[in-house]
Amino acid sequence: MNRLAAFVLAVLCCVSAAAAEYVALPAGRFESVLPQGSVPTVSTPVDVPAFALRKTPVTLGEFLEFVSAHPEWRRDQVPALFADKRYLYDWSSTLQPNPAASLQSPVVNVSWFAARAFCESEGARLPTWIEWEYAAAADESRTDARSDPAWRRRILAWYERPTTAQIAAVGSALNVYGASDLHGLIWEWVDDFNALFIAGDSRTQGDPDLLKFCGAGAISIVDRDSYAVLMRIALLSSLRAADTTGTLGFRCVRPD
Amino acid sequence: MKTTAVSSLCRRVRIVALLAGLCCPLIAFAAATKAEKLAGDAGPPRGAAIHAVLTSPPNVPPPTNRNYAAKVIVELEVVEKEMQISEGVNYTFWTFGGSVPGSFIRVRQGDTVEFHLKNHPSSKMPHNIDLHGVTGPGGGAASSFTAPGHESQFTFKALNEGIYVYHCATAPVGMHVANGMYGLILVEPPEGLPKVDHEYYVMQGDFYTAGKYREKGNQSFDMEKAIDERPTYVLFNGAEGALTGDKAITAKVGESVRIYVGNGGPNLVSSFHVIGAIFDQVRYEGGSNVQKNVQTTLIPAGGAVVVKFTAKVPGSYVLVDHSIFRAFNKGAVAILKVNGPEDKSIYSGKELDAVYLGDRAGPNLAAVTKATQSEAKGTLSLDDQVHAGQALFAGTCSVCHQANGAGLPGVFPPLAKSDFLAADVSRATGIVLRGLTGKVAVNGQEYNSVMPPMQQLTDDEIANILTYVLNSWGNPGGRVSTEDVKKQRSSAAAAPPSGH
Repeated sequence: MNRLAAFVLAVLCCVSAAAAEYVALPAGRFESVLPQGSVPTVSTPVDVPAFALRKTPVTLGEFLEFVSAHPEWRRDQVPALFADKRYLYDWSSTLQPNPAASLQSPVVNVSWFAARAFCESEGARLPTWIEWEYAAAADESRTDARSDPAWRRRILAWYERPTTAQIAAVGSALNVYGASDLHGLIWEWVDDFNALFIAGDSRTQGDPDLLKFCGAGAISIVDRDSYAVLMRIALLSSLRAADTTGTLGFRCVRPD
Repeated sequence: MKTTAVSSLCRRVRIVALLAGLCCPLIAFAAATKAEKLAGDAGPPRGAAIHAVLTSPPNVPPPTNRNYAAKVIVELEVVEKEMQISEGVNYTFWTFGGSVPGSFIRVRQGDTVEFHLKNHPSSKMPHNIDLHGVTGPGGGAASSFTAPGHESQFTFKALNEGIYVYHCATAPVGMHVANGMYGLILVEPPEGLPKVDHEYYVMQGDFYTAGKYREKGNQSFDMEKAIDERPTYVLFNGAEGALTGDKAITAKVGESVRIYVGNGGPNLVSSFHVIGAIFDQVRYEGGSNVQKNVQTTLIPAGGAVVVKFTAKVPGSYVLVDHSIFRAFNKGAVAILKVNGPEDKSIYSGKELDAVYLGDRAGPNLAAVTKATQSEAKGTLSLDDQVHAGQALFAGTCSVCHQANGAGLPGVFPPLAKSDFLAADVSRATGIVLRGLTGKVAVNGQEYNSVMPPMQQLTDDEIANILTYVLNSWGNPGGRVSTEDVKKQRSSAAAAPPSGH
């Protein structure tokens, strides 16, 4: 089985010009904190098909290669419709990242459009929220560590620290799937970020705006203790596709 | 006909209120306002747009001094930053304007307020603002949801006068509030508020840290404690010592003081009290009714009051949450220092300090009597002095310095392991005799309060108390004799404390 996975991986790696490393995630049944069924307060597990996830977030070095090869995504050429004014704003020039930042650190200040284009360039796409949440529920030894208070505390500790210094290089401890940095380094774009409050049947959801303020968030979250995940959803839902922020990067997925 | 319209309106209001939860209490008021054809609406704004003056606590912006409704531009920046929550304890606060509570906003009823919310690029979280003074869904929250490094703008008309809480309402809202995201907005009535000598801004909040109360180092938010409503700190203005010592709020005898007191929560309701003062007036719940002669006023989480009183007797007045363990064990203490001449006809100071012989007083009194007898015989031992001093200390000194000599950090200096005491014992004798006013540093912390002279104590009593203190709680030991005290007292009489 492992050998098969490794083989699949090797094939995938060869296909990609950038030779980015992807890890395989098996299909599984998964309970999202966002309601997936008709009753918003009742958990409805969904089946997540197998997919391959980039081992680390896309790094500054990788994104530099991308904009070098695709001039239309340089900050002086990108249409305003696809990226706001903060897009790569801390680079010292269009092809020169901030010298203080490691090329191994995750790229940030990128819009959803740019992230999407990058993934396409290596034959991949952005993960859906469910895929991302599925991968991020794991810790070093378990596929679903979410009910462990220690795990939650570790994640929350990062959320509360303001960004002062440069973001560190990728490569934290691998989770059980072999992926790293899903927590504790940056926020990550997901493909369906702007649909996070609407399930398949939007008629059952009430007003999606409700989640944005007040205790109303409690109406549409299955697991109200999942503050860590809730904060990530809040961040993603505050964005438009051209927006960029200093702690928001991305990684890609491929069908397995 | 009319009744039907009203009841259908009420039903609608109820549905909206249900959806919006507890955060938008003004929706209910909005219904009443509508019946009066929008009272408080002075029509379109007049004159040039005005940039609102924002102040950080405990300061309040000056009165608007305007007799017309204007367009007022408010620019508020959200900053996530690390600050001290207590001496040596750091906490990452999320702030409106860089302070906890956030900047005080002051407008006039009828003003059209153009609100700009900016979320600093270094922020990790998106934020928004729900102003309880806004009439509209979410109090502005939905219109001000702002990602890091972005800015939102919305405009509202300040229809209702009063003092209102504002807070962040981004999910998880409890955490945003617990991290300090609240403040006050004052909507002045058209005629303005009566003039007072001082206005101050004080806001209570409860905080939840992973470590214990005063556990040093960087402390992170503890979500479980917050859900269980078990705060580690209950504070005025976001930090222990934010309003004590040098930072105490001040007034002079005879001056009128108005304090805007808010309660950000997220969980606790405050029993706000000023020890030794009676509020002449309280606008309870921040509403238009005035209650007079109030000792303790209740401030709900997400609510505010305006209290007014005149300082009559000099001294340090302690602002507390009279749910009193919060004051002594969680930090809910602030000081209002009143300077000026004493008025003995209102408050005499201590006129009598005698031992009261209750059933249990026997052994204690015995120690004092024994010391007095031994001294007369010339056989006074260290032990005699310590035992007598202990009984006297319990009656006189422990109220402030505490029975264990630990004092009250930031308010009353410790006597236990005190470097200040060890450095100069005769100075300590002088302090008991003549009192002490002003700044001192004890064990690395600064104190700035008032200890009155202990004129009621005799020389031998002072000697015994000091001997007890010197031989207790890790102090260096030693003895003070009646003779030592006598000398100090007469030298003080000969040379009044001009050398101080």
